[in-house]
Amino acid sequence: MLSLKRDKKEEEDGGGNPFNNLEKSTVLQEARTFNETPINPRKCGNILTKVLYIINQGESIGQTEATEAFFAMTKLFQSKDPILRRLVYLGIKEMSKIAQDVIIVTSSLMKDMTGKEDQFRGPAIRALCSVTDHSMLQSIERYMKQAIVDKVPAVSSAALVSALHLGKGSQEVIKRWVNEAQEAVNSDNVMVQFHALGLLYHIRKTDKLAVNKLVSKFSKQSLKSPYAYCLLIRIAAKLIEEEDAGSESPMFDFIESCLRHKSEMVIYEAAHAIVQLKNTTAKDLAPAVSVLQLFCSSPKPTLRFAAVRTLNKVAIKHPAAVTACNLDLENLITDVNRSIATLAITTLLKTGNESSVDRLMKQISTFMSEISDEFKIVVVQAIRSLCSKFPRKHNVLMTFLAQMLRDEGGFDYKKEIVDCIITTIEDNVEAKEAGLAHLCEFIEDCEHTVLATKILHLLGREGPRTPSPSKYIRFIYNRVILENAAVRAAAVSAIAKFGAHCDDLLNSCVVLLERCQLDTDDEVRDRATFYVNVLKQKQKALSSAYILNGLQVSVVGLERALHQYTLEPSEAPFDLKSVPLATQPIAEQKVRDVPGEVPSSKPTQDKVAASRQDVYQEQLAQVPELANLGALFKSSSPVEVTESETEYYVQCIKHTFNNYIVFQFDCTNTLNDQQLERVTVEMEPAEGFEVIKYIPCPLLTYNKPGTTYTLVRLPSEPTQDTSRKHLSDQVIICSSNLFTSLVTGTFACVLKFLVKDCDPQTGEPDEDGYDDEYVLEDVEVSVADHVQKVMKPNFAASWEEVGPENELEDTYALSNMSTLEEAITNIIQYIGLQPCERSDKVPEGKSAHTLYLAGVFRGGHDALVRAKLALDTSGVTMQLTVRSTDPHVSEVLATAVA
Amino acid sequence: MGGLLSYFSALFGSKERRILILGLDGAGKTTILYRLQVGEVVTTIPTIGFNVETVTYKNLKFQVWDLGGQTSIRPYWRCYYSNTDAIIYVVDSMDRDRIGISKQELVSMLEEDELKKSVLVVFANKQDIEGAMTVTEVANSLGLPALKNRKYQIFKTSAIKGEGLDEAMEWLTNTLVQAK
Repeated sequence: MLSLKRDKKEEEDGGGNPFNNLEKSTVLQEARTFNETPINPRKCGNILTKVLYIINQGESIGQTEATEAFFAMTKLFQSKDPILRRLVYLGIKEMSKIAQDVIIVTSSLMKDMTGKEDQFRGPAIRALCSVTDHSMLQSIERYMKQAIVDKVPAVSSAALVSALHLGKGSQEVIKRWVNEAQEAVNSDNVMVQFHALGLLYHIRKTDKLAVNKLVSKFSKQSLKSPYAYCLLIRIAAKLIEEEDAGSESPMFDFIESCLRHKSEMVIYEAAHAIVQLKNTTAKDLAPAVSVLQLFCSSPKPTLRFAAVRTLNKVAIKHPAAVTACNLDLENLITDVNRSIATLAITTLLKTGNESSVDRLMKQISTFMSEISDEFKIVVVQAIRSLCSKFPRKHNVLMTFLAQMLRDEGGFDYKKEIVDCIITTIEDNVEAKEAGLAHLCEFIEDCEHTVLATKILHLLGREGPRTPSPSKYIRFIYNRVILENAAVRAAAVSAIAKFGAHCDDLLNSCVVLLERCQLDTDDEVRDRATFYVNVLKQKQKALSSAYILNGLQVSVVGLERALHQYTLEPSEAPFDLKSVPLATQPIAEQKVRDVPGEVPSSKPTQDKVAASRQDVYQEQLAQVPELANLGALFKSSSPVEVTESETEYYVQCIKHTFNNYIVFQFDCTNTLNDQQLERVTVEMEPAEGFEVIKYIPCPLLTYNKPGTTYTLVRLPSEPTQDTSRKHLSDQVIICSSNLFTSLVTGTFACVLKFLVKDCDPQTGEPDEDGYDDEYVLEDVEVSVADHVQKVMKPNFAASWEEVGPENELEDTYALSNMSTLEEAITNIIQYIGLQPCERSDKVPEGKSAHTLYLAGVFRGGHDALVRAKLALDTSGVTMQLTVRSTDPHVSEVLATAVA
Repeated sequence: MGGLLSYFSALFGSKERRILILGLDGAGKTTILYRLQVGEVVTTIPTIGFNVETVTYKNLKFQVWDLGGQTSIRPYWRCYYSNTDAIIYVVDSMDRDRIGISKQELVSMLEEDELKKSVLVVFANKQDIEGAMTVTEVANSLGLPALKNRKYQIFKTSAIKGEGLDEAMEWLTNTLVQAK
């Protein structure tokens, strides 16, 4: 049946397209006909069309074949047939990229572009520009200039657009055509004016001042072409964006005035530009939104679509501004065009209030099956933001999402739904059970391994903490029986987590895992064996460390450390503590802050964040002086120690090692008449710190970044240090504040270097130079530089694991904080540990909250912090409890907030 | 109608003759082409590639290809050799320095199989300038007397003044018609 269908389809296609099933070799063979004399224009035209067709179908033609066909095609210039000639122009443009020696047609094209036949001139110009390279450009320059100011609009437009294309290669020559372009802007033809403005902008776009002048000049003198207006609006909007200006910019006035233009295109472009601007208030948006509102009731579907699509985007940032259009959007829900209807509904979902959700969801479910995946994703995104906006509506929304999960759909669509359910579960405790149930049902019939493993991981994390964990085990164990190896392995890990977390389920889980030891796949068997053995020990600490918490090291780091270990085998066992920890990606929190934003880029961001430190480790290992410092513990994010627009631009990154800290200064010399040599950053160390070495950057030329390092020894921990007796005495006597001062400090920095003046053009430096210096901003070393964030999924277990041995507790009044959220953000920033169990989010309307933080202190000491916060009239009161495997670490952390 | 046309064209020679104008850069090839086509002197720029025009002489139609003479273009001449009835080889009679190069190009071109049957006409051009080489000098420098199995003739011409072109075309037409 299927094959029958296909036959029929092919038949239909075949009838419509005479070029179907063309063979490349046959076509190229046929192209030899071009060499015959006399030329048969019809026959040759047909063959040339075939050649063009196969090129456009993506058929790749080799250089030799293409060159042969190209030269054969040049013979067609002897025919004066207009259709054939214009096909030849197309052929030249297509083949100029693949064939060799295409300049052979230069003279012929130059003759056509200056000839009498107007319909040849434009295409000839375009073809000519496609065969011309930089070296040849000069020879056609005079003709191009003439063509730009030609009175035939098609010729002028062709020359202007071709100039734009040529400008990509050599800006210099095109710059000399500015007078001609200037003249062409005054053309009466709308296209010529548009293209000329485009070229003028392109010539000047690197010079902000000139662009500014360009816009203000043409915004005053009224242009005839609506296209030119649209372009001008875009340029103006870009300028506003670059200057970070808002509605106070004169450019903004111009854009706003375009809202009253007579052309709909210009009006829409202006409205679109205004709503896209970053620094706009509701007042600035109002006129643009009302224009879009008008378009919503336009009889033209394109306008309605454009308007509702733009409103949909605005609704993310300024839902209030769009509320005014609600009535018009309601009307669009029943629009015959499904795309318009979908956008209208999702916009309403973003702007609407809680009471309208039910109705809209019902409306949208009537045509969910009729729209494409792409628009379904738009709907899911709207639901995601609804979930965070109206947590109480989770019931309706969850049911809807579950329904969508059951329907047909591609991977991206399903992934979006799963992500949406997962974020809802994480943000809303009440939705957890329903959400997990839906996901369990989904994995019963899920064709995407990635999604199944993701959900199993989630079940392992969240399931054990629900009131009745046992009901999830059935779903998970089903996977072990029915799925492929990757999913089975994930299921085994999930079951082990239930066993580790719930004592009453432990025995059943062990039984299930023992069955998995007979699996056909190595990975599944290995995991099962490992988990069974750990679980049978029945030690909370063991289970917590090896099942619940998992491996927290950076994978790349581990690989390198193991490689190093195998190269230099030693008696001592491999120490996992020497492996750098995985940096907790910061991206996760950021993404959640912006509801409605697509978090699809999340995984890639995570990957980058995780490997950043590994990159640094590698870079530092390249410097011989820094190679023996041990494993890199933590790298801070870059801090600017100069203003970004000064003579020298310097960024500082702090790399913490066990006993050292390396300051990496990335310097850029922004003066083109100077060359700097032997660049160092001299640091005035804080008490206890000692500068060991400066590693200069030998040469810093204009605009080429260079790096200099400063190596500083950290103050040793007092009790372990015998050589600094007097210091440790002090410590015993003094308050614990000294501990903090031993790990934190402020460093005054001065950039020192040898300046050699040089010629800005050639970069040739003078022989003699002089020493100079440049004061940088101070660099702070804070507690956060000494700790690495580590996620402990089960904080309570870890808390017990560390034990109360080195516990410190203190109460602080944070009088300058007015909300719990603010306090939490600040505490995390000062202490630099990872918030666990999502305790960084405060449920709405609570006046007390407990924050759990976890991490590792330099040297590999576990550090846990529990901060009980309470909001009262005078600010936030905090009871801070610190536990650590090392007493000093506890003290350092306890005093970090003070 | 088509049949009638072909009858007439058979009477005057069945098809368009294909002629190549070759020679070193600056010899005057493009000027000769347009002098033949429109009978006027046009301003020219160095030809990058080729010009192709239809020239009618005494009811005979010629497809005339003027190929650029710059060193970089010369290798492409051979792409246009096939089916050529006649070659007009243009020499700058003032350019004594490069007459040797001109000879080499001519010799290697005449060795091509595709041009075995083509008639050769040499234009000793720029005869209007005083001190130009004579026809005999040019013919000897090019080694024309040594040519075998080739119908050829040399003419002294001045494309600017239009001198000598008529005689040359006359000879060429007659030779081509006889060869038919």
